Amino acid sequence: MELLPELAKLYPSDRLFTKKSQLITYETDGLTSFRSEPLAVVVPESNEEVIATVRLCHKAGIPFVARGSGTSLSGGSMPVEGGIVITLNRLNKILKIDPENRFTVVQAGTVNLKVSQAVAAHGLYYAPDPSSQQICTIGGNLAFNSGGAHCLKYGMTANHVLAIKAVLADGEVIEIGSESGDTLGPDASGFFCGNEGLFGVALEVTLRLTPKPQRYCTLLAAYNSLKKAGDAVSSVVDSGLLPGAMEIMDRLAIKAAEMAVKAGYPQDAEALLIVELEGETDAVEEDFKHLLALIENTGAYETRVAANEAERLTIWKGRKSAFSAVGRLSPDYLVQDGVVPRSRLGEALVKIETYSKEYGIDVANVFHAGDGNLHPLIMFNGKEEGALHRAEELAGKILKMCVEMGGSITGEHGVGVEKKAYMPEMFSEIDLECMKRVRAAIDPKEIANRGKMFPGGEAPALSTVGSHPLEKAGIISRE
Amino acid sequence: MQHAIDKASLGPKSKALTQGVEACVHCGFCLPTCPTYDEMGEEINSPRGRIFLIKEVLEGSVPMEDALGPIDNCLGCDACITACPSGVEYDHLITAFRAKAESERSQPLGRKLMRSMILNTLPYPNRAKWAFRAGGLVRPFKGLMPKSIQPALDLLPPTLPKAEYLPEIYPAKGPRRGRVALLTGCVQQVLAPEINRATLEVLSANGVETVIPKDQACCGALALHTGAEKRALKTARQLIRSIPDDVDALITNAAGCGSGINEYSILFAGEPDEAEAIALADKTKDISSYLDEIGLIQPPPLAESMNVVYHDACHLAHAQGERSAPRNILTAIPNLTLLEPPDWEICCGSAGIYNIEKPDVARALGEKKVTNLMSTEPDAVALGNIGCMTQIQKHLESYEKAPPVLHTVQILAKAYSD
Repeated sequence: MELLPELAKLYPSDRLFTKKSQLITYETDGLTSFRSEPLAVVVPESNEEVIATVRLCHKAGIPFVARGSGTSLSGGSMPVEGGIVITLNRLNKILKIDPENRFTVVQAGTVNLKVSQAVAAHGLYYAPDPSSQQICTIGGNLAFNSGGAHCLKYGMTANHVLAIKAVLADGEVIEIGSESGDTLGPDASGFFCGNEGLFGVALEVTLRLTPKPQRYCTLLAAYNSLKKAGDAVSSVVDSGLLPGAMEIMDRLAIKAAEMAVKAGYPQDAEALLIVELEGETDAVEEDFKHLLALIENTGAYETRVAANEAERLTIWKGRKSAFSAVGRLSPDYLVQDGVVPRSRLGEALVKIETYSKEYGIDVANVFHAGDGNLHPLIMFNGKEEGALHRAEELAGKILKMCVEMGGSITGEHGVGVEKKAYMPEMFSEIDLECMKRVRAAIDPKEIANRGKMFPGGEAPALSTVGSHPLEKAGIISRE
Repeated sequence: MQHAIDKASLGPKSKALTQGVEACVHCGFCLPTCPTYDEMGEEINSPRGRIFLIKEVLEGSVPMEDALGPIDNCLGCDACITACPSGVEYDHLITAFRAKAESERSQPLGRKLMRSMILNTLPYPNRAKWAFRAGGLVRPFKGLMPKSIQPALDLLPPTLPKAEYLPEIYPAKGPRRGRVALLTGCVQQVLAPEINRATLEVLSANGVETVIPKDQACCGALALHTGAEKRALKTARQLIRSIPDDVDALITNAAGCGSGINEYSILFAGEPDEAEAIALADKTKDISSYLDEIGLIQPPPLAESMNVVYHDACHLAHAQGERSAPRNILTAIPNLTLLEPPDWEICCGSAGIYNIEKPDVARALGEKKVTNLMSTEPDAVALGNIGCMTQIQKHLESYEKAPPVLHTVQILAKAYSD
């Protein structure tokens, strides 16, 4: 079957892009080091069109990727070469708001922040807050189980998804989970979260809404060493306080953020720690007194408290702009997303600094300190011969370190194309094999976001369905 | 972003044409503030999509012809500049690229005639006056006119206000604190001459003497923002010659003019008089910025209390980065309450001559804008740009009790005179 003529029957010409000038604007996402030109881009305006597109792709054996706002930092929404891009930007309606039972049903192309804006009048909001929340979509958040600064207290996307309507890669439409969050048996919607687009395309998502905290108390502490800031995080956690967010930025990240949004951060600091408490007024104000006393003993040379909402937002604006702002310091950079056990944060930072010196490559650090999620930004100039390769080597070294320390290669950005080569560092051959079987059960032709997440080239190891190679070799057995 | 553009082939504009491509990290933070992305939801009609497209055209892999649609769709509102954390100078990029596109494109006769008609009338107050009168006469027969000029006729006022006599020098009241020159603007002089009058009165009340050079010409913004570079250069040169050296600043009270002059570094790149042009640009200030800088002399309270919603003109807020000065001025007036509309950063759809060339998008944006402004239930709308003023007034026509739309200095002048 020829796919393009079939798509042309489904879509009018202004919603089916095949010209080069149109296709190139979808070549990449938030990770521009990787690019790939699709065969076509479609702009569906209904669930039926998405479903029909997936079914046509399945029939023709042509891969596809669903795309929201294209902000993935792991290449998750980068097109599969010669495949179809299904853009969900026009499927952005909020279908239902139930303030009493605290949930909302939205289409997958809805922008994260728009959900909170739509329910604000009811004193509710949607808690997961990726730094790109003003533009990233719920569909993408779901596919990558996105986190954000406040996920320390509230958990990742998966903790806020109650039900999902999706079309699987073979064209089957499923509805999983329930509005109440109670399900019998395994948590199917939890299983769907973080599939990185390998299972199919989410159409409608039921999200849990959270009451807006009565009061936020936010402080900014400046340190003359990264280690002191890291240790401060440990002492906050040890004290039993549970902040909404705990973030650290290092010298280079502070510099970049300041250039971008003029947040008024102390410019001579080696590290800045942002801690935010939130909840009921009395409790938060009481806890905040403890926090201030505690921070005083951590060696901060300056502590500022946000006096009002505007000051609080300015502190956050700097932090949330940091990734993009690093573009002011370096023409190219790789954003990393490794995780280490929080107790070993200081140690990890010292190691990254050593590697950075060893490679002669600047690394800026921004991270969700409360849950040990590092975001080293590895800066390079892509015009220099071999610079990207060396930056990737350094990135690999940092990821290996994370795994060796008992952490993970990704905290919230996903594997995508960027980290697929490092999957074997973290997972054994058997683990990977198991994942591939799950995938094959849902997407036998491997057309959904082909070439992502699994190490190696395209269409990995379908042939191994059956006995595991280790079983065949007599090393393991099921008895 | 990486690129393979041959910078040497681009001549003096190479920096303007490549800085944006190099600085863009494709993060997408520009998308939610872009009016065309909001309307269409397509990458190609977003700032980062256009940057990518420009890169491909300059690299030679996409023909210029294929890029023109999305480039023409851009309003040039510069909201993406405010949103961009990576420092992309999108204003310079789009202006330089439009000039390049204009010189390479083959265009349909209708568009050519329309542009030529606009650029031959609006920048010249006398011609504009006659054109508006002629337009007013033919408006009842709009249906008989070619489609391309109907939106222009819609924007015309039914009657023109009386022209304002402007002296060569307007003296300062009290001890002199400064001496400035005033750019009187082209369209503004004809459609709202009272703005210049109010500007002179406010400056005077603040101890500033104003020179109004008789032989000044259009700053060139309208032509520059549509890519008609030669035309822009010609009038800009005459303006530069007309401004005396002994003034502290050249004052603009139309944001579009101020942002146009700010872009002289692009317009004059590689020209023999580049340095003079940049020197004038450095001296050019919006009336609100200037007053805020020298420190406003406390205005007396308004006779009657007033709730005023402030509309950020894109060419002031985004292109010149000025949001605080007009607010400082308005909140300094006793008896005035300042209101803030939702979605302040989104363009009203005026955007130079965009509302004439792309009436559908402009209409959608205009309607959204007045809905947002009216949601604050204001007694008046304050702003700092004649283009926005015309657009907002037009879309307020459907409201039963439409509040007056005033320039910030008009409200300030009222306070000084009350």
